[in-house]
Amino acid sequence: MQLNSDQARIAEFLRDNEDKVVGRWADLTAAGIGHRLSAAELRRELEETYTLVVRSIIGADESAAGELRATLAELSRSRARNGFTPGETALGLFSLKHAVYELVADDKDLVPEFLAFSRTIDDLGLFTFETYAAAREQVIADQGQAMLELTTPVVRLWDGILAVPLVGTLDSARTQVVMEQMLDTLVATGAQHAVIDITGVPTVDTEVAQHLLKTVMAARLMGAECTISGIRPQIAHTIVSLGIEFGDVPTKATLADALAYALKRSGRKVVQA
Amino acid sequence: MDRVPILKIGQTLLVPIQVELEDQSVLQLREDLADEIVATGAKGVIIDISAVEIVDSFIGRTLSTIGSMSRLFDADTVLVGMRPAVAITLVELGLSLEGVRTALNAEQGLRLLGAGS
Repeated sequence: MQLNSDQARIAEFLRDNEDKVVGRWADLTAAGIGHRLSAAELRRELEETYTLVVRSIIGADESAAGELRATLAELSRSRARNGFTPGETALGLFSLKHAVYELVADDKDLVPEFLAFSRTIDDLGLFTFETYAAAREQVIADQGQAMLELTTPVVRLWDGILAVPLVGTLDSARTQVVMEQMLDTLVATGAQHAVIDITGVPTVDTEVAQHLLKTVMAARLMGAECTISGIRPQIAHTIVSLGIEFGDVPTKATLADALAYALKRSGRKVVQA
Repeated sequence: MDRVPILKIGQTLLVPIQVELEDQSVLQLREDLADEIVATGAKGVIIDISAVEIVDSFIGRTLSTIGSMSRLFDADTVLVGMRPAVAITLVELGLSLEGVRTALNAEQGLRLLGAGS
Protein backbone atom coordinates (compact mmCIF):
# COMPACT_ATOMS: atom_id res chain seq x y z
CA MET A 1 0.00 0.00 0.00
CA GLN A 2 1.21 3.48 -0.76
CA LEU A 3 2.33 5.73 2.03
CA ASN A 4 -0.93 7.21 3.33
CA SER A 5 -0.41 10.26 5.48
CA ASP A 6 -4.15 10.83 5.20
CA GLN A 7 -4.63 7.71 7.27
CA ALA A 8 -2.29 8.64 10.06
CA ARG A 9 -4.98 9.17 12.66
CA ILE A 10 -6.99 6.11 11.84
CA ALA A 11 -3.80 4.11 11.95
CA GLU A 12 -3.16 5.37 15.43
CA PHE A 13 -6.73 4.59 16.37
CA LEU A 14 -6.38 1.05 15.02
CA ARG A 15 -3.21 0.49 16.95
CA ASP A 16 -4.74 1.69 20.19
CA ASN A 17 -7.89 -0.40 19.80
CA GLU A 18 -6.35 -3.59 18.48
CA ASP A 19 -8.03 -5.91 20.95
CA LYS A 20 -11.51 -4.54 20.41
CA VAL A 21 -11.27 -4.40 16.60
CA VAL A 22 -9.72 -7.85 16.17
CA GLY A 23 -12.28 -9.34 18.55
CA ARG A 24 -15.18 -7.88 16.60
CA TRP A 25 -13.52 -8.77 13.28
CA ALA A 26 -13.09 -12.37 14.36
CA ASP A 27 -16.76 -12.57 15.36
CA LEU A 28 -17.93 -11.16 12.03
CA THR A 29 -15.65 -13.41 9.99
CA ALA A 30 -16.62 -16.48 11.97
CA ALA A 31 -20.30 -15.70 11.32
CA GLY A 32 -19.52 -15.26 7.61
CA ILE A 33 -17.63 -18.49 7.03
CA GLY A 34 -19.79 -20.60 9.33
CA HIS A 35 -17.31 -21.65 12.01
CA ARG A 36 -15.33 -23.95 9.79
CA LEU A 37 -12.10 -22.75 11.39
CA SER A 38 -11.50 -22.99 15.10
CA ALA A 39 -11.85 -19.67 16.92
CA ALA A 40 -8.25 -19.69 18.10
CA GLU A 41 -6.90 -20.42 14.64
CA LEU A 42 -8.99 -17.68 13.06
CA ARG A 43 -7.99 -15.22 15.76
CA ARG A 44 -4.30 -15.97 15.22
CA GLU A 45 -4.60 -15.46 11.44
CA LEU A 46 -6.49 -12.21 11.83
CA GLU A 47 -4.11 -10.84 14.45
CA GLU A 48 -1.18 -11.42 12.13
CA THR A 49 -2.98 -9.77 9.23
CA TYR A 50 -4.17 -6.92 11.42
CA THR A 51 -0.68 -6.04 12.61
CA LEU A 52 0.55 -5.98 9.02
CA VAL A 53 -2.40 -3.86 7.84
CA VAL A 54 -1.71 -1.30 10.55
CA ARG A 55 2.02 -1.30 9.81
CA SER A 56 1.47 -0.79 6.11
CA ILE A 57 -1.07 1.99 6.64
CA ILE A 58 1.34 3.87 8.86
CA GLY A 59 3.90 3.40 6.13
CA ALA A 60 6.67 3.40 8.69
CA ASP A 61 8.56 0.52 7.15
CA GLU A 62 8.74 -0.47 3.49
CA SER A 63 8.63 -4.20 4.07
CA ALA A 64 5.17 -4.20 5.67
CA ALA A 65 3.24 -3.86 2.37
CA GLY A 66 5.15 -6.75 0.80
CA GLU A 67 4.74 -8.93 3.87
CA LEU A 68 1.04 -8.13 3.99
CA ARG A 69 0.55 -9.21 0.39
CA ALA A 70 2.54 -12.40 0.95
CA THR A 71 0.48 -13.23 4.05
CA LEU A 72 -2.80 -12.54 2.25
CA ALA A 73 -1.68 -14.61 -0.75
CA GLU A 74 -0.84 -17.53 1.54
CA LEU A 75 -4.16 -17.11 3.34
CA SER A 76 -6.26 -17.12 0.17
CA ARG A 77 -4.33 -20.07 -1.22
CA SER A 78 -5.05 -22.11 1.89
CA ARG A 79 -8.70 -21.01 1.73
CA ALA A 80 -8.87 -22.13 -1.92
CA ARG A 81 -7.43 -25.53 -1.07
CA ASN A 82 -9.78 -25.98 1.88
CA GLY A 83 -12.81 -25.41 -0.29
CA PHE A 84 -13.90 -21.95 0.85
CA THR A 85 -15.71 -19.88 -1.77
CA PRO A 86 -13.99 -16.73 -3.08
CA GLY A 87 -16.82 -14.73 -1.50
CA GLU A 88 -16.05 -16.14 1.93
CA THR A 89 -12.36 -15.48 1.42
CA ALA A 90 -12.84 -11.84 0.48
CA LEU A 91 -15.50 -11.42 3.16
CA GLY A 92 -12.84 -12.20 5.73
CA LEU A 93 -11.12 -8.94 4.83
CA PHE A 94 -14.21 -6.85 4.20
CA SER A 95 -15.58 -7.55 7.65
CA LEU A 96 -12.59 -5.65 9.01
CA LYS A 97 -14.24 -2.53 7.56
CA HIS A 98 -17.44 -3.29 9.45
CA ALA A 99 -15.57 -3.88 12.65
CA VAL A 100 -13.68 -0.61 12.34
CA TYR A 101 -16.71 1.36 11.18
CA GLU A 102 -18.74 0.34 14.21
CA LEU A 103 -16.02 1.92 16.38
CA VAL A 104 -15.33 5.10 14.40
CA ALA A 105 -18.92 5.92 13.37
CA ASP A 106 -19.39 8.22 16.34
CA ASP A 107 -16.16 10.10 15.81
CA LYS A 108 -16.78 12.66 13.04
CA ASP A 109 -13.09 13.50 12.60
CA LEU A 110 -12.20 9.95 11.74
CA VAL A 111 -14.86 9.38 9.05
CA PRO A 112 -12.94 10.95 6.09
CA GLU A 113 -9.93 8.87 6.98
CA PHE A 114 -12.12 5.85 7.27
CA LEU A 115 -13.03 6.25 3.59
CA ALA A 116 -9.37 6.14 2.59
CA PHE A 117 -8.89 3.15 4.86
CA SER A 118 -11.90 1.49 3.28
CA ARG A 119 -10.39 1.91 -0.19
CA THR A 120 -7.17 0.30 1.00
CA ILE A 121 -9.09 -2.69 2.32
CA ASP A 122 -11.02 -2.93 -0.96
CA ASP A 123 -7.72 -3.15 -2.84
CA LEU A 124 -6.55 -5.90 -0.51
CA GLY A 125 -9.87 -7.70 -0.95
CA LEU A 126 -9.46 -7.65 -4.71
CA PHE A 127 -5.93 -8.93 -4.29
CA THR A 128 -7.09 -11.90 -2.21
CA PHE A 129 -9.73 -12.61 -4.83
CA GLU A 130 -7.15 -12.69 -7.60
CA THR A 131 -4.82 -14.92 -5.60
CA TYR A 132 -7.72 -17.19 -4.77
CA ALA A 133 -8.64 -17.49 -8.45
CA ALA A 134 -5.02 -18.20 -9.42
CA ALA A 135 -4.77 -20.89 -6.73
CA ARG A 136 -7.98 -22.54 -7.98
CA GLU A 137 -6.66 -22.46 -11.56
CA GLN A 138 -3.57 -24.26 -10.31
CA VAL A 139 -5.69 -26.92 -8.60
CA ILE A 140 -7.65 -27.44 -11.83
CA ALA A 141 -4.48 -27.65 -13.92
CA ASP A 142 -3.03 -30.24 -11.52
CA GLN A 143 -6.18 -32.33 -11.73
CA GLY A 144 -6.13 -32.10 -15.52
CA GLN A 145 -2.58 -33.40 -15.53
CA ALA A 146 -3.51 -36.24 -13.21
CA MET A 147 -6.43 -37.18 -15.45
CA LEU A 148 -4.19 -37.11 -18.49
CA GLU A 149 -1.93 -39.69 -16.91
CA LEU A 150 -4.79 -41.84 -15.68
CA THR A 151 -6.87 -42.15 -18.80
CA THR A 152 -4.39 -43.27 -21.43
CA PRO A 153 -3.54 -46.92 -20.87
CA VAL A 154 -2.04 -49.10 -23.59
CA VAL A 155 -3.14 -52.71 -23.17
CA ARG A 156 -1.97 -55.91 -24.82
CA LEU A 157 -4.87 -57.76 -26.45
CA TRP A 158 -2.90 -60.58 -27.97
CA ASP A 159 0.67 -61.44 -28.77
CA GLY A 160 1.65 -58.62 -31.13
CA ILE A 161 -1.66 -56.75 -30.88
CA LEU A 162 -2.08 -53.67 -28.71
CA ALA A 163 -5.22 -51.71 -27.86
CA VAL A 164 -5.51 -48.08 -26.81
CA PRO A 165 -8.99 -47.49 -25.34
CA LEU A 166 -9.53 -43.74 -25.41
CA VAL A 167 -11.94 -42.23 -22.90
CA GLY A 168 -12.84 -38.56 -22.86
CA THR A 169 -12.26 -35.59 -25.08
CA LEU A 170 -9.25 -35.75 -27.34
CA ASP A 171 -7.26 -32.53 -27.58
CA SER A 172 -3.74 -31.91 -28.85
CA ALA A 173 -2.13 -32.36 -25.43
CA ARG A 174 -3.81 -35.73 -24.88
CA THR A 175 -3.14 -36.88 -28.41
CA GLN A 176 0.53 -36.20 -27.82
CA VAL A 177 0.53 -38.32 -24.64
CA VAL A 178 -1.47 -41.13 -26.26
CA MET A 179 0.75 -41.11 -29.34
CA GLU A 180 3.96 -41.24 -27.34
CA GLN A 181 2.73 -44.00 -25.03
CA MET A 182 1.45 -46.09 -27.90
CA LEU A 183 4.61 -45.72 -29.97
CA ASP A 184 6.83 -46.45 -26.97
CA THR A 185 4.84 -49.61 -26.25
CA LEU A 186 5.07 -50.65 -29.91
CA VAL A 187 8.85 -50.45 -29.67
CA ALA A 188 8.98 -52.18 -26.29
CA THR A 189 6.74 -55.10 -27.27
CA GLY A 190 7.47 -55.33 -30.98
CA ALA A 191 3.73 -55.47 -31.63
CA GLN A 192 2.78 -55.06 -35.26
CA HIS A 193 -0.86 -54.14 -34.76
CA ALA A 194 -2.45 -51.42 -32.70
CA VAL A 195 -6.15 -50.77 -32.26
CA ILE A 196 -7.27 -47.29 -31.24
CA ASP A 197 -10.70 -47.66 -29.67
CA ILE A 198 -12.75 -44.46 -29.57
CA THR A 199 -15.89 -45.85 -27.92
CA GLY A 200 -15.32 -43.49 -24.99
CA VAL A 201 -14.68 -40.37 -27.06
CA PRO A 202 -17.85 -38.25 -26.86
CA THR A 203 -17.42 -36.25 -30.06
CA VAL A 204 -15.30 -36.49 -33.16
CA ASP A 205 -14.76 -33.30 -35.12
CA THR A 206 -12.22 -32.46 -37.81
CA GLU A 207 -9.58 -31.66 -35.20
CA VAL A 208 -9.98 -34.97 -33.34
CA ALA A 209 -9.94 -36.84 -36.66
CA GLN A 210 -6.74 -35.03 -37.57
CA HIS A 211 -5.19 -36.10 -34.27
CA LEU A 212 -6.23 -39.72 -34.80
CA LEU A 213 -4.82 -39.75 -38.31
CA LYS A 214 -1.51 -38.33 -37.10
CA THR A 215 -1.24 -41.13 -34.56
CA VAL A 216 -1.99 -43.74 -37.21
CA MET A 217 0.58 -42.22 -39.59
CA ALA A 218 3.26 -42.17 -36.90
CA ALA A 219 2.60 -45.85 -36.11
CA ARG A 220 2.82 -46.67 -39.81
CA LEU A 221 6.15 -44.89 -40.14
CA MET A 222 7.44 -47.12 -37.39
CA GLY A 223 6.20 -50.20 -39.18
CA ALA A 224 3.04 -51.05 -37.27
CA GLU A 225 -0.49 -51.24 -38.56
CA CYS A 226 -3.22 -49.21 -36.92
CA THR A 227 -6.97 -49.77 -36.84
CA ILE A 228 -9.57 -47.37 -35.48
CA SER A 229 -12.51 -49.06 -33.75
CA GLY A 230 -15.53 -48.21 -31.65
CA ILE A 231 -17.20 -45.79 -34.01
CA ARG A 232 -20.73 -45.31 -32.70
CA PRO A 233 -23.64 -44.58 -35.05
CA GLN A 234 -23.92 -40.89 -34.09
CA ILE A 235 -20.16 -40.47 -34.53
CA ALA A 236 -20.30 -42.13 -37.95
CA HIS A 237 -23.06 -39.69 -38.83
CA THR A 238 -20.96 -36.71 -37.75
CA ILE A 239 -17.91 -37.97 -39.59
CA VAL A 240 -19.86 -38.30 -42.83
CA SER A 241 -21.62 -34.93 -42.40
CA LEU A 242 -18.32 -33.16 -41.79
CA GLY A 243 -16.79 -34.86 -44.81
CA ILE A 244 -13.90 -36.30 -42.79
CA GLU A 245 -11.82 -38.77 -44.79
CA PHE A 246 -9.98 -41.52 -42.96
CA GLY A 247 -8.30 -42.49 -46.22
CA ASP A 248 -6.94 -46.02 -46.25
CA VAL A 249 -6.97 -46.35 -42.46
CA PRO A 250 -9.06 -49.41 -41.59
CA THR A 251 -12.01 -48.58 -39.34
CA LYS A 252 -14.19 -51.09 -37.49
CA ALA A 253 -17.43 -50.80 -35.56
CA THR A 254 -16.30 -52.58 -32.40
CA LEU A 255 -13.10 -53.57 -30.65
CA ALA A 256 -14.00 -57.22 -31.28
CA ASP A 257 -14.14 -56.61 -35.03
CA ALA A 258 -10.80 -54.84 -34.90
CA LEU A 259 -9.23 -57.72 -32.95
CA ALA A 260 -10.57 -60.24 -35.46
CA TYR A 261 -9.18 -58.13 -38.29
CA ALA A 262 -5.76 -57.79 -36.63
CA LEU A 263 -5.63 -61.56 -35.99
CA LYS A 264 -6.44 -62.23 -39.62
CA ARG A 265 -3.82 -59.75 -40.80
CA SER A 266 -1.18 -61.41 -38.66
CA GLY A 267 -2.05 -64.75 -40.26
CA ARG A 268 -3.86 -66.27 -37.28
CA LYS A 269 -7.12 -68.12 -37.40
CA VAL A 270 -9.57 -68.40 -34.53
CA VAL A 271 -11.46 -71.70 -34.52
CA GLN A 272 -13.95 -73.35 -32.21
CA ALA A 273 -12.24 -75.76 -29.86
CA MET B 1 31.87 -37.14 -42.68
CA ASP B 2 31.10 -40.66 -41.54
CA ARG B 3 30.49 -43.21 -44.25
CA VAL B 4 27.62 -45.59 -43.57
CA PRO B 5 28.55 -49.27 -43.98
CA ILE B 6 26.54 -51.55 -46.29
CA LEU B 7 26.52 -55.26 -45.42
CA LYS B 8 25.43 -57.98 -47.80
CA ILE B 9 23.55 -60.92 -46.30
CA GLY B 10 22.24 -63.33 -48.92
CA GLN B 11 20.00 -61.40 -51.26
CA THR B 12 19.60 -58.55 -48.79
CA LEU B 13 21.67 -55.45 -48.11
CA LEU B 14 21.75 -54.36 -44.48
CA VAL B 15 22.50 -50.70 -43.75
CA PRO B 16 22.97 -50.08 -40.03
CA ILE B 17 23.15 -46.33 -39.47
CA GLN B 18 25.02 -45.84 -36.21
CA VAL B 19 25.82 -42.14 -36.48
CA GLU B 20 23.74 -39.00 -36.51
CA LEU B 21 22.92 -38.42 -40.17
CA GLU B 22 24.16 -35.35 -41.97
CA ASP B 23 22.99 -34.15 -45.37
CA GLN B 24 26.29 -35.17 -46.97
CA SER B 25 26.41 -38.65 -45.49
CA VAL B 26 22.86 -39.49 -46.52
CA LEU B 27 23.54 -38.35 -50.10
CA GLN B 28 26.70 -40.45 -50.10
CA LEU B 29 24.69 -43.40 -48.83
CA ARG B 30 22.24 -43.04 -51.71
CA GLU B 31 25.08 -43.22 -54.23
CA ASP B 32 26.82 -46.12 -52.49
CA LEU B 33 23.57 -48.08 -52.28
CA ALA B 34 22.81 -47.64 -55.96
CA ASP B 35 26.26 -48.97 -56.87
CA GLU B 36 25.97 -51.81 -54.37
CA ILE B 37 22.51 -52.99 -55.50
CA VAL B 38 23.64 -53.06 -59.12
CA ALA B 39 26.88 -54.84 -58.21
CA THR B 40 25.26 -57.51 -56.00
CA GLY B 41 21.83 -57.84 -57.59
CA ALA B 42 20.25 -57.59 -54.14
CA LYS B 43 16.48 -57.96 -53.88
CA GLY B 44 15.99 -56.12 -50.65
CA VAL B 45 17.48 -53.30 -48.59
CA ILE B 46 17.07 -52.92 -44.84
CA ILE B 47 17.99 -49.53 -43.42
CA ASP B 48 18.23 -49.61 -39.64
CA ILE B 49 17.75 -46.15 -38.11
CA SER B 50 17.24 -47.24 -34.50
CA ALA B 51 20.26 -45.21 -33.42
CA VAL B 52 19.17 -42.08 -35.27
CA GLU B 53 17.62 -39.46 -33.03
CA ILE B 54 17.07 -36.64 -35.52
CA VAL B 55 15.55 -36.91 -38.98
CA ASP B 56 14.81 -33.62 -40.70
CA SER B 57 12.77 -33.06 -43.84
CA PHE B 58 15.80 -33.33 -46.13
CA ILE B 59 16.93 -36.66 -44.70
CA GLY B 60 13.34 -37.90 -44.69
CA ARG B 61 12.91 -37.06 -48.35
CA THR B 62 16.28 -38.55 -49.27
CA LEU B 63 15.39 -41.83 -47.51
CA SER B 64 12.17 -41.78 -49.49
CA THR B 65 14.04 -41.34 -52.79
CA ILE B 66 16.38 -44.18 -51.81
CA GLY B 67 13.25 -46.34 -51.69
CA SER B 68 12.02 -45.21 -55.10
CA MET B 69 15.50 -45.65 -56.54
CA SER B 70 15.93 -49.23 -55.29
CA ARG B 71 12.49 -49.97 -56.73
CA LEU B 72 14.01 -49.22 -60.16
CA PHE B 73 16.53 -52.02 -59.54
CA ASP B 74 13.67 -54.29 -58.41
CA ALA B 75 14.71 -54.17 -54.77
CA ASP B 76 12.38 -53.43 -51.84
CA THR B 77 13.47 -51.01 -49.16
CA VAL B 78 12.42 -51.43 -45.55
CA LEU B 79 13.15 -48.75 -42.99
CA VAL B 80 13.39 -50.35 -39.56
CA GLY B 81 13.66 -49.27 -35.93
CA MET B 82 12.38 -45.75 -36.23
CA ARG B 83 12.13 -44.10 -32.81
CA PRO B 84 8.76 -42.79 -31.62
CA ALA B 85 10.06 -39.21 -31.39
CA VAL B 86 11.32 -39.41 -34.96
CA ALA B 87 7.98 -40.79 -36.19
CA ILE B 88 6.09 -37.98 -34.46
CA THR B 89 8.41 -35.37 -35.97
CA LEU B 90 7.99 -36.77 -39.47
CA VAL B 91 4.20 -36.76 -39.11
CA GLU B 92 4.32 -33.15 -37.93
CA LEU B 93 6.49 -32.32 -40.94
CA GLY B 94 3.87 -33.97 -43.14
CA LEU B 95 6.28 -36.57 -44.55
CA SER B 96 4.84 -40.02 -45.18
CA LEU B 97 7.97 -41.60 -46.71
CA GLU B 98 6.49 -42.80 -49.99
CA GLY B 99 8.46 -45.58 -51.60
CA VAL B 100 9.75 -47.26 -48.46
CA ARG B 101 8.12 -49.83 -46.24
CA THR B 102 8.61 -49.77 -42.50
CA ALA B 103 9.04 -52.32 -39.74
CA LEU B 104 9.58 -52.13 -36.00
CA ASN B 105 12.91 -53.94 -35.99
CA ALA B 106 15.39 -55.64 -38.29
CA GLU B 107 13.87 -59.08 -37.67
CA GLN B 108 10.41 -58.01 -38.73
CA GLY B 109 11.96 -56.14 -41.66
CA LEU B 110 13.61 -59.34 -42.88
CA ARG B 111 10.34 -61.21 -42.54
CA LEU B 112 8.59 -58.47 -44.54
CA LEU B 113 11.12 -58.86 -47.37
CA GLY B 114 10.80 -62.65 -47.23
CA ALA B 115 7.03 -62.44 -47.47
CA GLY B 116 7.23 -60.10 -50.45
CA SER B 117 9.50 -62.24 -52.62
